[in-house]
Parts: sequence; structure tokens; C-alpha cells
Amino acid sequence: MKNQILSFRNYKNISLLLLAITILASIYGKTVLKNLDLSWAIKYPKKLVFPFKSHISSFMKWLIESANFGLFTFNDLTRAISWTIELPYDFVLSLIAKGFFQGQGSQAILLLSPISWIAIVCLMTILALKLKDKGLAILTFFSFSYLAVFGQWESSMVTIASIFIAVPFGVLIGLSAGILCYKSVRAYKIINPILNLMQTMPVFAYLVPVLVLFGFGPVSALIATIIYALPPMVHTSHLGLKSINPSTIEAGLMCGCNNRQLLWRVEIPSALSSIKVGINQVIMLSFNMVIIASMIGAGGLGYDVLTSLRKLDIGGGVEAGLAIVILAIVLDRMSNVFIGSQKKYEKKDSNFFYKNIHLIIVIILIFITYLAGNFFDIIKNYPENLMISTSGFWEQSIKHININYYDQLEITKYFILKYFMLPIKKFFLSIPWPWFIFIFTLLGWYYGKFKLAFLNLSLLLFILINGLWMKAMVTIYLCGASVILACLIGIPLGIWGGLNSRANKILLSITDTLQTLPSFVYLIPVVMLFRVGDFTAMLAVILYSLAPAVKYTIHGIKNVNPEVIDAGIANGCNKRQLLFNIRLPLAIPEILLGINQTIMLALSMLVITALVGTRELGQEVYIALTKADIGRGLVAGLCVAFIAIIADSTIKSASKKLKDKYGFK
Amino acid sequence: MTIIKKLVALLSLSFFLTSNSSAVESQDPIKLTLHDWTGQHITTNIMAEVLKEAGYNIELIQADYIAQFAGLQTGDLHVAMEMWETTGRDAIDEYTPDGRVVNVGSTGMDAIEEWWYPSYMKEECPGLPNWEALNECAEAFSTMETAPMGRYLGGPVTWGGFDDERVEALNLDWEVVHAGTDAALFAELEAAYQRQDPIMLWVYAPHWAPSKYEGEFVDFPAYTTECYTDPSWGINPNSAYDCGKPRGPIWKIASSKLKEKWPGAYDAVEAFNINNDEMGQMVAEVDLDGRSLEDVVADWMSSNSSRWQTWIK
Repeated sequence: MKNQILSFRNYKNISLLLLAITILASIYGKTVLKNLDLSWAIKYPKKLVFPFKSHISSFMKWLIESANFGLFTFNDLTRAISWTIELPYDFVLSLIAKGFFQGQGSQAILLLSPISWIAIVCLMTILALKLKDKGLAILTFFSFSYLAVFGQWESSMVTIASIFIAVPFGVLIGLSAGILCYKSVRAYKIINPILNLMQTMPVFAYLVPVLVLFGFGPVSALIATIIYALPPMVHTSHLGLKSINPSTIEAGLMCGCNNRQLLWRVEIPSALSSIKVGINQVIMLSFNMVIIASMIGAGGLGYDVLTSLRKLDIGGGVEAGLAIVILAIVLDRMSNVFIGSQKKYEKKDSNFFYKNIHLIIVIILIFITYLAGNFFDIIKNYPENLMISTSGFWEQSIKHININYYDQLEITKYFILKYFMLPIKKFFLSIPWPWFIFIFTLLGWYYGKFKLAFLNLSLLLFILINGLWMKAMVTIYLCGASVILACLIGIPLGIWGGLNSRANKILLSITDTLQTLPSFVYLIPVVMLFRVGDFTAMLAVILYSLAPAVKYTIHGIKNVNPEVIDAGIANGCNKRQLLFNIRLPLAIPEILLGINQTIMLALSMLVITALVGTRELGQEVYIALTKADIGRGLVAGLCVAFIAIIADSTIKSASKKLKDKYGFK
Repeated sequence: MTIIKKLVALLSLSFFLTSNSSAVESQDPIKLTLHDWTGQHITTNIMAEVLKEAGYNIELIQADYIAQFAGLQTGDLHVAMEMWETTGRDAIDEYTPDGRVVNVGSTGMDAIEEWWYPSYMKEECPGLPNWEALNECAEAFSTMETAPMGRYLGGPVTWGGFDDERVEALNLDWEVVHAGTDAALFAELEAAYQRQDPIMLWVYAPHWAPSKYEGEFVDFPAYTTECYTDPSWGINPNSAYDCGKPRGPIWKIASSKLKEKWPGAYDAVEAFNINNDEMGQMVAEVDLDGRSLEDVVADWMSSNSSRWQTWIK
């Protein structure tokens, strides 16, 4: 015991010493090293940069132009995949948005118009009613009416069609990968790191390869969406299968199940609730991709957001952005009901007639509206003169703020830049890279022994030898500054939400909106008020990455074991003591996970802030995208992913160590 | 309105069926690419309408400005109506040599890209638009972060433009800040214009901005190829880039498949010609007056029929 305390103190002293050295190295490192003629330690020499990106580019070129499997080329294979996805997509798109045509291009003739908006609104409302209750039905009705009234109908249907296709594909592939991981440990070892990359790699980095491999148009966008939304499905289904009670499986085996029966009759039904959580995640992530997918031809609401903001039509952007939020919320609620509805599953038969009535109503409705649509245009298309727009309102508000409060905003910005951001920037940019790598390897060793130390070392070396060190440091600085502020704002809010249930509700709806609202919508107004630059980028990152800091804190504070709190009350703690001495310390592991998620989101957002002119890895990815340079984009994307992986695994190990220390399980 | 549209559609349909469908080489759709700015949508839609009049089957496809070259090369895509000399030169040079992608010639429009300022800044800095006045007025264009240097908002780094080099070569007391996208670029302009605050930034034409906001381009020493390649040329004997940005045509690009499969359509694309003023006018009508793009294109088609008739002969 005594020994342990001693070693803990030693660690504390050593870490203080290391911190002091780091600060000194950052301040004086440059001049000292220059005088010692060691300037390669400040700036990695260009000569030693390994041409990794050109190797990747030439490999891709070979893959597309000459790779051959004997019977068919690689290109044939990818085109076959796109065809498989395109077929059902075209069908759904025609059914709800475009109508069925005969012939190609501009000479096509309309055979069947799409389902009327009235029918779809009713269909969704009835579905909501059946799934849950009147409340959800009313929400659904108003949400879908919003789409029609604000003139977002057709674009929304295009977006829904793509979600409708991306989600089943994502779920199917994810589930099979999850099963594979469950059945074979070796498969898990191969798949898991790939999943980590998929989750942390900026989407922009693989857009061009996807385009080149799968052809132009919505299919590529769908494939990118599937890649992005897939990982949580694998994780949750794998986890669900793994945590099945072994006695359940034994019971199955005793009843004489063969392998296939065991999987489909016993294991999958038992893991159903986790699988459903995965499905819900796939839906939400697919909505996150709407904007980016529209950059490569998905069309729909994302495209509307982009084009209106290019015209500086902020109102138009906000309306289309809100339509995305609304769709995401309604589908989220519905899929959540699916998750909770396991018990209804067994009662299905007794409700059969009841169920049929609704089905019949909907079919009749679709049929009638279709027939009537041929005579009354209003049934086919929501009339233009009844559409509402709030465009003017948004523009006026921004203009008002811009003209009246600009000076105050400018001064605030100046202070934060000068006394907060620039010092952090200088700190990171002037640490000599050998020292930085050393510190992180040491940190890895302390928290996760050899394995983590090796991981941190090799990933940082990858960034270094690709000549992206400086940009990586800018990335870390921007991300770090944003995360610090996001936590300073988010954690207190989370504590408030954890203690007060009304605040909790308000905070959750705000964070949900911030997470599903496409960041592009608020990026442009922020530029108008704060000009192009790092500060603007930081604001956008904070807005986006605030959510997990708030959510995890709420969760941590709320879920403290009630017995411990009772014990605290029994010992005479007052409210303040209860919070600071019991709730907060016990919530720390959860809060750490929240900070971890905040870092992940901040990193994924940095790529988008390249759109307002930051000079970091995100910009490198973005430049590669606009130049269609596959190798450059992938290498820069990998660097972002690696920073995320280093942060993630280090924090997770730290959180584990803390948990062990406080005796959590 | 819709009834008229339907009638027109029906009429044109019967028109195809009776007279023209046999006249064109193939009924497979010709794929034209759409990018993300209004002007390009207008050019492409005009071309599409003209080709439709000639009896061709047309499909418009959303594609990225540079990434589309891969599609043009394989023949997945056929025509790209706007490839700017100023931003697309590298891609043209990379993809045209093997003949699978062809430069079909100028659209008739010229791209202008240069430093630009709103007219109200002339009171602060009467020496403009002459570039030599830039140093005297640097402070008037400065912000808290750049003072006493002037602040110039450049385009996204991907646009190139050599503004950092230009500032160096012409010894300007200015700092170059790069915007990430053109949306961010014009968002700043709009905000500064609302406040009547100083701003100097990269503006290009044809675009709606020069028609919405009153202002001028700065007059730099005119661009020549030597200026960019030969340091001894120009005012600063020791460095290149001591001149303005190049101006150049907006090209039409096509896949070699177009000429093989639809030679008539190729000729029509080659004949397509329109000028900056017409385009600026149409872009402003769509982006500023909020008219629908289809209406604007239809207006152009009806008032210029004699012109486009000659493109398809």
C-alpha cells in the first residue's frame, strides 16, 4: 500500500517535470536547436519525405485501368456493385419522387407519376400512430406537412429515397460483418482496425476513390454514405451477440440446433435489441452524410443547402437544413420505437385484423390520390402559391446583428484570439517533433504499456515521414482549443442537466438539433459575423462538438449509484458537497468518455472548416478532393484518422485506469 | 403556366417523333455535366435545349469540376460546358494529350479574376484602381488582426492565383488571407457591404457579385506569360508574378466519344457562343431576382432563335 502511494507520487512528480520540459522546449527549443545546428528537429527535412501518396495514386490507377481477375476486370466488379445498388434506388426514387419513365434522358415519357404528397403524409402519420401513439403521429404529421408547406417536398423525397436504400445495405453488410466477428476471432482482429479507420477517416478523403471506382452520380454518394454509417452497426451487433447469456446458447444446442438454426433462431433473436440500436445509429449517421453526399451528386436537401448558401440565401439554407433535422428526428423516434417494441412482437397474430385495416386504408389512399392527381394538380404537387418562406426573416436577423453588434463581436474575437488561441497555436507549432513523439510514446506506455506506446509511436512517425507534421500540429491546436472551450461550456451545462430534469429535456433537444443540422448552415452566417479565419472555424467546431460533452456529463451525473448518494446524505452532505464530493468524482470516467467523443467530433468537423480557410490537415484533404488527387487525400485522411486513434486509445486507457483506481466495474 | 409547359412539351415531343428523330445519329442520351455555380447551369441548360431542338436525347448529370475528367475520359460523361482557363488549365493539360478528352474551343466568355473593392472605398483611397495606390491605403483596408498591413481576402488555395507571390513581388504592405470556398468569400463581401466596411477580395466574373455590388477591379500591370516565368520581366527585376492575374477563355470540353457517336452534336457544341454580358445578366436574374433558371433559359432561347438555329444548321 505504502509502496503504491509512493510510486503514484513519483509519477506525479515526473509528469510535472515532463510538462515543464515540454513548455521550455516549446519556448526555447527553436533557438537552442538552431544554434546547435539541429534545425531538422524543428522542421522535418523535405528530402526525407516518403512519397507515399504517389504510390497510392499509381496503385489506384493500376486498379482501375488494368487490374484483371481473368474473367472480368476490377472495374467490371465495381460497376456491378453500383448496378446492384442503383436498381432498387431508382425504383424507390421513381416511386416517391420522380415518377416512372419510359426511355432515356430528355425523351423519356412519364408512365406513372410518383405517390402523391397527401398519401405519403397520411402513410407516415398512420405508421407513427401504429408504432407508438398519438404524440408521435402528430409530430410526424406536422413534420411532413412542414416539408410540403416550405417547398421542400421533392428534395426531401430524394433524400428519403437515398436513406431508404443506404440504411438496409448498411444494416445488412454491418450485420454480416458483426456475425463474422462473433464467429471468428481472427476476422474480428482484421475487421476491427478497418472499422476504426472508417470511423475516423474524413469522408472527403475517400470521396474521390469512390467516385472513380463506382462511377458518377447518386450511387457513389450512396456508397460513401454506407461506408460512413456502417461501423456502429458492426460494433453493436458484435457486442450484442457476444453478450448473449451462454445458457441460452446451451439450451439451443440441447434442443438439437445445427449451426444455422442456432444463429437465426437463437443468437440473432437474443441480440435483437443491440442490433436495433445499431440500425438507429445507421439512420442517424446517414443523415449526417446528406450534405457531403450531395457534393458528389446525391441531390436532395443537401444540394439545396449547398446551392442556397452559395447564393448567400441564408434563409433557404436554414429551411432546407431544418428539413433535414426534422426528417432525422422523426425517423429517429420511429426507429427508437422499433427498438422498444420487442414485446409487441409476440402479440402480432392477435392484432392481425387491426393491422390490415390500416394497410387497406393506405393502399386505397394511394390509389385514389393517384387517380385524382391526374385531374387536380394540387394533389400531385403542393401548390406553389401556398408555400411559406422565412427567408427574409433570417437574412434580416443576420443583417441586424451584423450592422449593430459587429464592433462588440470583433473585440470579443480579438481577445479570445490573442490571449487564448494564438498562445496554444504557438505552443504546439514550436515543440520539436522528436520531443512530441517521445512524450506521446511515454504516455502510451504509462497508460497502456508496450502496445499503446508502439501504436502512438508508429502512427506519429507515419505523419512525420509524409511531411505533414506542421499541418498536423495546426490540426491539434485548432481541435484542442475548440475542445477546451466546448468542455468549459458543455460540462457545466451537462451538470445542470443532470441535476434538473427540465433543463435536461431542453438541452437534449438543442444538442440533437445541433448534431443533425448540417454544419454548412451555420458556417456561412458565422463567416459573415466573424470573417474568414481560425476563430470562425473554432466556433463552428464548438457548435458541432458540444453535444457529447453535454450528453455524457448528464448521463454520468444521473447514473451515479443511488446508494452512494443515500450514503452521502446520511453522512450529512449538503447539496454542494453531494455534487462536488460524490457525483462529480464518480461521473469522471463517463465525462472523460464524453471528452473523448468531443475530440472525435471536433476532428471530423475540422475537415469541413477547411471550407472557411483553415490551414491544417483538413485543408490538405480538401485540396486533394478538388484536385482529384487520390493518394494525397488518402494520406492526409489517414493522418487525421491517426490523430483521432491516438487520442481515442490514450483517453480510453486513461479512463480505464481511473475506473480501476476508483474500483468501478 | 403548367398547362403551357405541358403543351410545349407535347408539341416538341410530336416534333421529335415526326421530323427529327431519324435525323440524328443516335438516340442514346448525351450526358452534360452540371457543377455547382449558376452560370455553368445556365450555359449547360442552353446547350441542352439547343441539342434537344436538334433532336438529340439529353441527360444532365451532377459532377465535380475536376473529378469529371475521369468520367469524360472513360466516356461515362460527354460534355462539360465550362472549363475556365484560370482554374482548369492543369486538368486540361493533364487529360487532353491522349485524345480521349478534347478541348472543343472557347464558349466566347472570358474569365476575369482579380483583386476587387467596393466603390465606397474610393473615398478612402482615391488613388484606386491603380495598384500603386495599394500601399498608401493599406491601413484603410486593415483589420485588428492585420494592422497596419492591409487585409486581402484571397480565393481558396485550390484556385491558385499566386497572390502571396504577387504581394511579395510588388512589395505590397498587405497580408493575404485565404477563404476556403467561394461561399465564404462572398459571405464576407456581403457582410462588409452591409456595414460599408473596408474590404478587398478576389472576385471573378462572370458572376452575380459584380452586378450586385458596385465596385471595381484593381489595375495591375497586365499579365504576360513572361511575367509568371521570367523574374527579370516587369517592375521587380528579381522576381516573377509582378503583374495581374491572367484572363482567359472559358473552354468547352468533351469526351472523344461525342465526336464519334454524335458528330452533329459535336458541331453544335463547337458552334456554341455567348458573351460575358449576356451571361452576367442571366446569372443576376436567377441568383438576385430569384427567377427560375428554366424561365431565364427559355427567354434566352426565344429571343436568340436565329443565333442557335445556325449552330445546329
